[in-house]
Amino acid sequence: MAIVENEKNVPIIEVNHVATRFGEAVVHRDVSLTIQRGEVFAIAGGNGCGKSTLMREIVGLLEPTSGSAKLFGMDSRLLRDGHPQEIHRRFGVMFQQGGLFSSLTLAENVAVPLKEHTKLSREIVHDIVALKIASVGLPADSAAKFPNELSGGMRRRAALARAIVMDPEVLFLDEPTAGLDPIIAAGFDELVLQLKALLGLTVVMVTHDLDSLWRISDRVAVLGNGTVLGIGTMQELSRSADPMIHEYFHGPRGRAAREQAVKREAHLGG
Amino acid sequence: MSAAAQLEQAGITIGHDQIVHCVGPWTLDYLQNLERELMSLSWPRSRELVCEAGHVTAMDTGGAVLLYRTVTQLRRQGRQVSVEGLRAEFAELLRMVSANWDRIEAAPPPKSDWLEQLSRFIADRARHVVTALGFIGESTVAVWRSLKRPSLIRWQALFRSLELDGFHALPITGLLAFLIGVVISYQGAEQLRKFGTNIFVVDLVGISLLREISPLIVAILIAGRSGSAYAAEIGTMKVTEELDAVQTIGLSPMQLLVLPRVFALMIALPLLTVYADGLGVFGGMLIASNLLNVSFTEFVSRFEEAVAVRHFLIGIVKAPFFAMIIALVGCYQGFQIRGGVDDVGRHTTTSVVQSIFLVIVFDALCSILLNWWDL
Ligand SMILES: Nc1ncnc2c1ncn2[C@@H]1O[C@H](COP(=O)(O)OP(=O)(O)O)[C@@H](O)[C@H]1O
Ligand SMILES: [Mg+2]
Repeated sequence: MAIVENEKNVPIIEVNHVATRFGEAVVHRDVSLTIQRGEVFAIAGGNGCGKSTLMREIVGLLEPTSGSAKLFGMDSRLLRDGHPQEIHRRFGVMFQQGGLFSSLTLAENVAVPLKEHTKLSREIVHDIVALKIASVGLPADSAAKFPNELSGGMRRRAALARAIVMDPEVLFLDEPTAGLDPIIAAGFDELVLQLKALLGLTVVMVTHDLDSLWRISDRVAVLGNGTVLGIGTMQELSRSADPMIHEYFHGPRGRAAREQAVKREAHLGG
Repeated sequence: MSAAAQLEQAGITIGHDQIVHCVGPWTLDYLQNLERELMSLSWPRSRELVCEAGHVTAMDTGGAVLLYRTVTQLRRQGRQVSVEGLRAEFAELLRMVSANWDRIEAAPPPKSDWLEQLSRFIADRARHVVTALGFIGESTVAVWRSLKRPSLIRWQALFRSLELDGFHALPITGLLAFLIGVVISYQGAEQLRKFGTNIFVVDLVGISLLREISPLIVAILIAGRSGSAYAAEIGTMKVTEELDAVQTIGLSPMQLLVLPRVFALMIALPLLTVYADGLGVFGGMLIASNLLNVSFTEFVSRFEEAVAVRHFLIGIVKAPFFAMIIALVGCYQGFQIRGGVDDVGRHTTTSVVQSIFLVIVFDALCSILLNWWDL
């Protein structure tokens, strides 16, 4: 958790003029954004506009064709094959499909980072793992189950538990609420907020769940046409004049989500 | 990790005043150290303990768990423990741990590894025996049904399998059989020349190839080529929910996937064996004429005389049984795949090992039986 003194002033994530091509297909033409420590930053945009790709570039799983992504002030290109470990233990990633190891039980899955990065006794590892499993709202008896014995929502939670087991500084979530029912999705949002408050996390969330965007994001970047169409709070973006952003937020679903959010505000206010 | 943090060490000590001092960063990086210190700590006898935690500079979930665990253990020994001076955000973390403590204790404890592995292993074996018997029964019923009503047979799948697993295997099987014939002839040549009994190379090559070696070689090759493919194909279909789709559309995976493959291999293997016989003997013949001065005509006439038809027939009759073993084991392993992708790899390997093992066991049993009956 230690923060290098001079690191305190640099943004925790910086993306500078990233362009990405897969062969002929251009995914990003020019994407730049910065993410500050402690915020819940959402990356939104239509299907296939390169949200996951951008996230993979930030965590060093993919090299941008040009431009650079920096994590903790370090070029993500340098994050290769799990090196350097000190950086890798400072962020957690929850993948779209969960990425749970199918040959390990849920508890073993969550314990992997602890076992690899620390030399703690079995008892403490057990306690931390059980705590994380409890704090993502999974029942204690699910710990001994294998991923294929869990429902989709439970797998997401398990993946989240594994992503936060080292108390990372940054948590990356790739479409955490896609395919979840609205109640569980709302619960998931709550969970992210709780964890953020408790552990001081910075959250980078790829999503196109408009409810989720209104509920928990501090700032949102909308990707489209290979660039950042707009960046700001949901309030700001919903007033944006850009036709694509307007379409995104003022389609039937966008309006409904917004009304919900407004109602919630009013409820809290009154 | 900053230089400042590295200089700093987390610690827990007991002062002269019997106060427990917690200092430094209580985070994952330092917990190992802390655990060691805790082990060697001798707690004061007093019933009341004060834990002074004002100098804790950082704390994460791991640190909070360790602190809470220690405090809980002390309380269980009947002491009064109070934690004082902890920063508000750390206290919040500690409260979260304490709120979840029941659930942590309720979580299944870490079991001793070997015992767990042994019990898992035994349970697995037992389960496999039962499911394997179930599978054999199911497939027997399906075979019986299709024999009664051939219209149930998926001819298209069968022919496709025949092409992929039989026809496409011709080059590799032929080459291998030819080389095996060459090798046997070579090995025999040395010995036979010593005794001047060159012509017996025909017996050696003919009988061993026709009766044992070509059916076995073909079976082993097909187990590696097709048995593994069956397991992987069916397993992948299971992982991608294609098998479930097959069933909900109202098709039987047995009829659609297993039987065509079983029948195709049962047809292909005897044919491949005959083909391997031919090329193997040809390989032997080449070496015989080059090294042993046994001409092709001599070889053939001796062959007719020495190699009884029954040797050929025994080889051919075993082949469909080998085929059944390979196809059923491959499909069975495919259906056993449950979870994810690594399961596919594991079961594919298992299918090859198991089918080769069973083929050889079956072959050995045949040899023993045939020996009894003097064949
Ligand atoms: N490894 C790859 N090779 C080729 N094309 C890819 C690859 N990964 C992603 N893409 C393409 O890049 C585009 C963006 O993908 P992605 O980042 O997954 O979109 P999303 O915004 O829905 O997460 C898609 O059109 C996808 O087809
Ligand atoms: Mg995506």
